Amino acid sequence: MRYLPLTDTDRSDMLAKIGASSIDDLFVDVPEVARLDGPIRGLPMHASEMAVERHMKRLANKNTVAGDVPFFLGAGAYRHHVPASVDTVIQRGEFLTAYTPYQPEIAQGTLQMLFEFQTQVANLYGCAVANASLYDGSTACWEAVAMATRVTRKKRAVLSGALHPHYSEVVKTMAQFTGDVIADSAPAIQADPDMEGLTARIDEDTACVVVQYPDILGRITDLSALADAAHDKGALLVVVNTEPVALGAIKSPGEMGADIVVGEGQSLGVGLQFGGPYLGLFAVRDAKHVRQMPGRLCGETVDAEGKRGFVLTLSTREQHIRREKATSNICTNSGLCALAFSVHMTLLGEKGLRELAAENHRLACVAADRLAKVPGVSLLNNAFFNEFTIMLDGKPAREVVRSLADRGVLGGVSLGRLYPGVERLQQALLVAVTETTTEDDIETLASQLEAIIKESGIKEAAQ
Amino acid sequence: MNAPNKSGWKPQMEVADATGETVTTTGNRALMLEEPLLFEIGHAQTTGVDLPEIDASAPRRLAGLERDEPIGLVGLTEPEAVRHYTRLSRQNYGIDLGFFPLGSCTMKHNPRLNEKMARLPGFADVHPLQPVSTVQGALEVMNELAHWLLDLTGMNAVAMSPKAGAHGELCGILCIRAALEARGDAREVVLVPESAHGTNPATAAFANYRVENIPATPQGRVDLEALKARLGPDVAAVMITNPNTCGLFEPDLREISDAVHEAGGFVYCDGANFNAIVGRVRPGDLGVDAMHINLHKTFSTPHGGGGPGSGPVVLSEALAPFMPLPYTARTKDGVVHLVEEEQADEFARTHFGGEMSSFGRMTAFHGQMGMFTRALTYMLSHGADGLKQVAEDAVLNANYILRSLEDVLHAPYADSGPCMHEALFGDKDFGGGLSTLDLAKGMIDEGFHPMTVYFPLVVHGAMLVEPTETESKATIDQFITAFRSLAERAIAGDESLKQAPYFAPRRRLDETAAARKPKLKWEAPEA
Repeated sequence: MRYLPLTDTDRSDMLAKIGASSIDDLFVDVPEVARLDGPIRGLPMHASEMAVERHMKRLANKNTVAGDVPFFLGAGAYRHHVPASVDTVIQRGEFLTAYTPYQPEIAQGTLQMLFEFQTQVANLYGCAVANASLYDGSTACWEAVAMATRVTRKKRAVLSGALHPHYSEVVKTMAQFTGDVIADSAPAIQADPDMEGLTARIDEDTACVVVQYPDILGRITDLSALADAAHDKGALLVVVNTEPVALGAIKSPGEMGADIVVGEGQSLGVGLQFGGPYLGLFAVRDAKHVRQMPGRLCGETVDAEGKRGFVLTLSTREQHIRREKATSNICTNSGLCALAFSVHMTLLGEKGLRELAAENHRLACVAADRLAKVPGVSLLNNAFFNEFTIMLDGKPAREVVRSLADRGVLGGVSLGRLYPGVERLQQALLVAVTETTTEDDIETLASQLEAIIKESGIKEAAQ
Repeated sequence: MNAPNKSGWKPQMEVADATGETVTTTGNRALMLEEPLLFEIGHAQTTGVDLPEIDASAPRRLAGLERDEPIGLVGLTEPEAVRHYTRLSRQNYGIDLGFFPLGSCTMKHNPRLNEKMARLPGFADVHPLQPVSTVQGALEVMNELAHWLLDLTGMNAVAMSPKAGAHGELCGILCIRAALEARGDAREVVLVPESAHGTNPATAAFANYRVENIPATPQGRVDLEALKARLGPDVAAVMITNPNTCGLFEPDLREISDAVHEAGGFVYCDGANFNAIVGRVRPGDLGVDAMHINLHKTFSTPHGGGGPGSGPVVLSEALAPFMPLPYTARTKDGVVHLVEEEQADEFARTHFGGEMSSFGRMTAFHGQMGMFTRALTYMLSHGADGLKQVAEDAVLNANYILRSLEDVLHAPYADSGPCMHEALFGDKDFGGGLSTLDLAKGMIDEGFHPMTVYFPLVVHGAMLVEPTETESKATIDQFITAFRSLAERAIAGDESLKQAPYFAPRRRLDETAAARKPKLKWEAPEA
């Protein structure tokens, strides 16, 4: 009970002040049928800090830690080195335990940080305005589609088959009540994304076309022509990015004509965390769309003495004012993850981000070349940033991944796990490389892969 | 020591400081330090990390899409960065600094053990798509947390993936929609009491329902007769908050649930205030079909300046087959299972006696794992006995505040009986054009974070005060003294309050100007 400051004397003094004879008097409105007298059966009693720590460590130790093994997983979550000072900053109580900055006079720390964060994200994406973050990349993707339907007053969204399937599913789930989605079921298995096929799907009823960059197979391509085609039909181009580090090496979506850019910010500062909390990024290229954006926005203003200060602004779009007419029902952002992202980005700076991106790309090229030399393995991509797809020539990638795990290598994401119903993707393995990958790790993956492919234990995949 | 005025020293530059109390050259005031924007102190070529220099001759496979133009980012070295953010942090109020009496938002002590456990590499450094054999401990955390949530709420299943309370609301409403559609029942209306959070109507509208309000009684509770009268074959669900946003328990919830069920609808309970009844009341016993649980509010995961949250949704047996994956459910033998995509259909056949009809995916990956570890750590620390004490102390503290201030402040529902975890006041008796906002800003000068203001909307100038269980009697007494004196000043029309706060990092900020000409991004000043 180390978190409860009231003493028994306090409790009886306070009950006397209230005029109640016992604590039960304060629960008189609870109908008898719903009252619980003793502690709930089946749940343990309170435990010491040491005992809880022992229990949680026992659970943690059952997991394979990414940093302890050669590690090549990506597909929307990437393992980067996070400088020690990032965690130092986010653990400061004034950031960690602060509330949403609705009282700006005593929340300038959070607010100024958000203003800086918005600037970093907008510049990274090549956009005019970014918001103060959303839940994660996948929900940001849905919010972008919803915003596009508000802006264009059209209902149909065209999704690329090479959009992360989880993102695609989130959009389809949400849109079943509000719109109409056309989605490719799977990406074409070829070296370059099928931009012509995607372009052909845009028509006069299209609110937006959603494309991922780099896409789920790790491919990158120029999106300018797609942007023009969308604009010709009065549709918006929504570009999804799940690896912000890539934008330190390749052109921003905004530069190529994207109208809304959304993504996952987990790569910088946040860590893997088994899937969350992550950081949804959301930006628009043209400031005229700002009032249709979802989520919080921090803006600059002055105080009564004329000093520069920051406030949450344009909240007339939000649920607490507009209720059923709000632009979204979201009531929070990922403030602390945004702080982690922003601190990491500040430590990198323009120079560091470019160097980090270059190192990621260099190691990915080394890995792609080495893996392509493994007999029975071929590289799919013509172009990539730090993630690419290899084809395992008749072997089911899911089982190869399991065998690699048994040998102490977390060797990538089987695309069959993300596209369970698509047969031709069952032998595709998505491999991600970051600056945390060593050349020894790459060699280990290649040699273990070679050994597994040689073994007869792995069945031929259905063709 | 000669004071500056005796030595004849005068500041050499204009300093914008209307109070005249502290005039300094830098604009700093001792430990209150002004901090420029990152973009005003950083440089494009400065970095705080050591990385290999770019090898221009290295092969590249970037499809000719190299980013050639400047991105517009700046860097700081590590000492500069640590100092920048540490200085910014000092412009913030947090629960670690003092009392944060926010009604409906629940700011309680955030134990550092939770943080330490969430950072164990076995939880923090694990990828969501690792082979299942390598993440058994993480899945056990989800299972164990679900066990607690189901036992504490008396429900059957819990959807783990919603990312925040409002996301959980949407999850619950979509489960209801899917369950109705599965029985071929296209209903169009969701009833929402007028005291509800704004997220409730926004959520229902997002799920394509028409929202109708249900009035409150003069006692601050849902008008049972009005609700019953509106029920019918077009009503999909009633969204109700219990304890409600007036801080009161809804004693008729069981009767409301029965009536809604009889009319073929479902009951959604906004679980934002579950911390008031945890361990004392199980919502399942009141007939609730779906309820989200804000882990940060009831189970002390930190607010972080506005997120991340986490909003698992507990569900009745009727709704369980429709929820998003992954989820956890209790089988007849009492065992709780974590069900992922692969096992969903089989599990549904074995345990729900039918197909899984999930309404779809709400988010990539498993949900807010980092919050699950924190919440579970907190639950284990308190235990079943401690969580019950949490609700009792929170309710005791709130009633103590209500009864200590009802003689001076307008307390619209003071006669409705005990309040739950929060006490509600209004600004009806204020003089001199003073408002709730002025009192709130005065509270800042007294060293407290202001209470929740202007919510719920049913009370004029509402002030919603929630002490939580982690405040001592001494802190609460100090708060009551300050609140009483501010209330007396407001009632007397003390105009000096209109200028408050006087002692904060900033005086009142011009929010109208910020909205009229939004400046949302730093731009380099023109040379």
